[in-house]
Amino acid sequence: MQSFNPTEAGFYGEFGGAFVPEMLFPNVDELQREYRSIIHSDSFQEEFRALLKDYVGRPTPLFYSANLSSEFNAQIYLKREDLNHTGAHKINNTVGQILLAKRLNKKHIIAETGAGQHGVATATACALMGIGCTIFMGEVDIERQMPNVERMKLLGAKVVPATSGSRTLKDATNEAIREWINNPVDTHYIIGSVVGPHPYPDMVSKFQSVISEEIKAQLKEKTGSSEPDYILACLGGGSNAIGAFYHFIDNGKTKLIAVEAGGEGVHSGRTAATIALGRKGIIHGSKTYLIQTDDGQITEPHSISAGLDYPGIGPVHAYLHDTGRAQVVSVTDAEALDAAFQLSRKDGIIPALESAHALAYLPKMKLRKDDVVVVNLSGRGDKDMMTYKKHFEL
Amino acid sequence: MNRIHNLFGRKKENILSIYFTAGYPSLDDTTQIIRHLDAAGVDLIELGMPFSDPLADGPVIQESGQKAIQNGMSVKVLFEQLKDLRSSTEIPVILMGYLNPILQFGEEQFIEKCVGTGIDGVIIPDMPLPYYKEHWEQLCRKKGLSNILLITPETTDSRIAEIDVNSDGFIYMVSSNSITGSNKAMDLQKGYFERIEKMELRNPRLIGFGIHDQQSFDNACSYSNGAIIGSAFINHLSKEGTSADSIQKFYKKIKP
Ligand SMILES: Cc1ncc(COP(=O)(O)O)c(C=O)c1O
Repeated sequence: MQSFNPTEAGFYGEFGGAFVPEMLFPNVDELQREYRSIIHSDSFQEEFRALLKDYVGRPTPLFYSANLSSEFNAQIYLKREDLNHTGAHKINNTVGQILLAKRLNKKHIIAETGAGQHGVATATACALMGIGCTIFMGEVDIERQMPNVERMKLLGAKVVPATSGSRTLKDATNEAIREWINNPVDTHYIIGSVVGPHPYPDMVSKFQSVISEEIKAQLKEKTGSSEPDYILACLGGGSNAIGAFYHFIDNGKTKLIAVEAGGEGVHSGRTAATIALGRKGIIHGSKTYLIQTDDGQITEPHSISAGLDYPGIGPVHAYLHDTGRAQVVSVTDAEALDAAFQLSRKDGIIPALESAHALAYLPKMKLRKDDVVVVNLSGRGDKDMMTYKKHFEL
Repeated sequence: MNRIHNLFGRKKENILSIYFTAGYPSLDDTTQIIRHLDAAGVDLIELGMPFSDPLADGPVIQESGQKAIQNGMSVKVLFEQLKDLRSSTEIPVILMGYLNPILQFGEEQFIEKCVGTGIDGVIIPDMPLPYYKEHWEQLCRKKGLSNILLITPETTDSRIAEIDVNSDGFIYMVSSNSITGSNKAMDLQKGYFERIEKMELRNPRLIGFGIHDQQSFDNACSYSNGAIIGSAFINHLSKEGTSADSIQKFYKKIKP
């Protein structure tokens, strides 16, 4: 297995690290000391792989979309993370982290969620393992992703609204971190993306890297080559993107394209396009690019997609961007909606609004007939039906 | 020797430190509140630089910070307000805030401005110790700016020893596993307070988080050189205003 690792202290170049107050030091320090030996142990890998296979439903298919291929004049494959149990890639990470939490003897789980997919995936893993959980979710997101709130509750989770700031993902993350400060001894915080202090970005990357591991094998079988020309993934914090990129980072061939949420347009003032607008700084314990004022106050972002509505990006993506290894682009709310509508009608797949951002970049690419393009379809759109209904007047 | 060292040199017990958010309730209240606190008899001031995402703070400090940002407070504006600080008071003043606004202001420039305005120390909770050593220590030492570090009930003895070596001025003992403004019972922390007392640290210690009245202040002081009050003072400012009388009244409630 190829591996792409941060330094011992969790840095990718100048990005990452663990900028946490002393109140969080013991928790973060424990994870830093333990995570590598635990997640690379045979017993962990065995249990993790078995759950991914029999519980999550992996491997997820790699679907050749004849319709999109003819529309965009290239060879287009969809990595069907939407077919995972609970409907998104998020569960790859929560299954891994719950196994880690058990080995660290933690008695309670907390998590933040934006779209609710990570919350549902956390509540699911906790139900399976018989561990209680509390999920923090912005008030705005509770409203726009109601079906997921109801699922979390049915699964036995307590859902706590975050009422500060923009009342979205950033604020839910703040509340989860505060809860962790208040309960440092027996609580594990399952972060839902490759953000937060070291070791989260690395740990979550490793759990999600199964996506690119499978793409490689599946492409080889279907095309004879394991290396595509392009991989596209949407970029919120960056967990599905790094999962889809991971095993291709070291090959010189595959172009890695991460698609941010442009919101109403990068210069509209209502956007979540971090790379387009961000400057270096610190958010949620790691150094990365973030959208902020000149005075260093973190800006309230906007995206129609709750899962991308975040003013930062994972430090690994800041690094891949700065080194030129990945290209970060953005599409608007309207373009994402169009792409979701198109995939529903053309292929009979209703994508999550997040994933629709990756699809929406296809028409902007200059593709050749034999280019092999993999789009990571990170999740399904059931949770977004209210938004779709409103926009398509269903 | 800065004003913090002088304070702890001459006073060993019942030191009262007050935290408040710069630019709250109104943008221009900052220096007036400092003067009133000094006149009332407070020993030390921690001036909070507001941040949009204060991870270690409870609702009271969060909301005061939000309001201060809306009022127009920033690191830059704060230093302008502090321009004449030392013409009117000799009370030790510490700036407390998160790293991101300081990074945007410029770290070296920040240290220069601290020294230029007569700030004696800084508390930057999310600045890791190795980062401080690499980027700040030399300059702070040279300029006589104290960097005050925190410990909590979960900090191990070996780390406390390391923090004691690297903290300058005093050690900030967080009273319980909590964010600011929580009132987790202080008496539950007896074991922690006693453990630290026995360690015979090089630095003096102030206890903070959850101190809100005479009883909790006295209790904290019985295990340390003094205590820090934040949320309770901000609540008082919100209710009773920022006049000299109001601040004197608050002081009298803590130290009758
Ligand atoms: C389906 C889906 N895709 C993508 C994301 C964005 O997260 P990340 O960038 O970590 O993959 C989310 C987040 O909620 C999601 O639900």
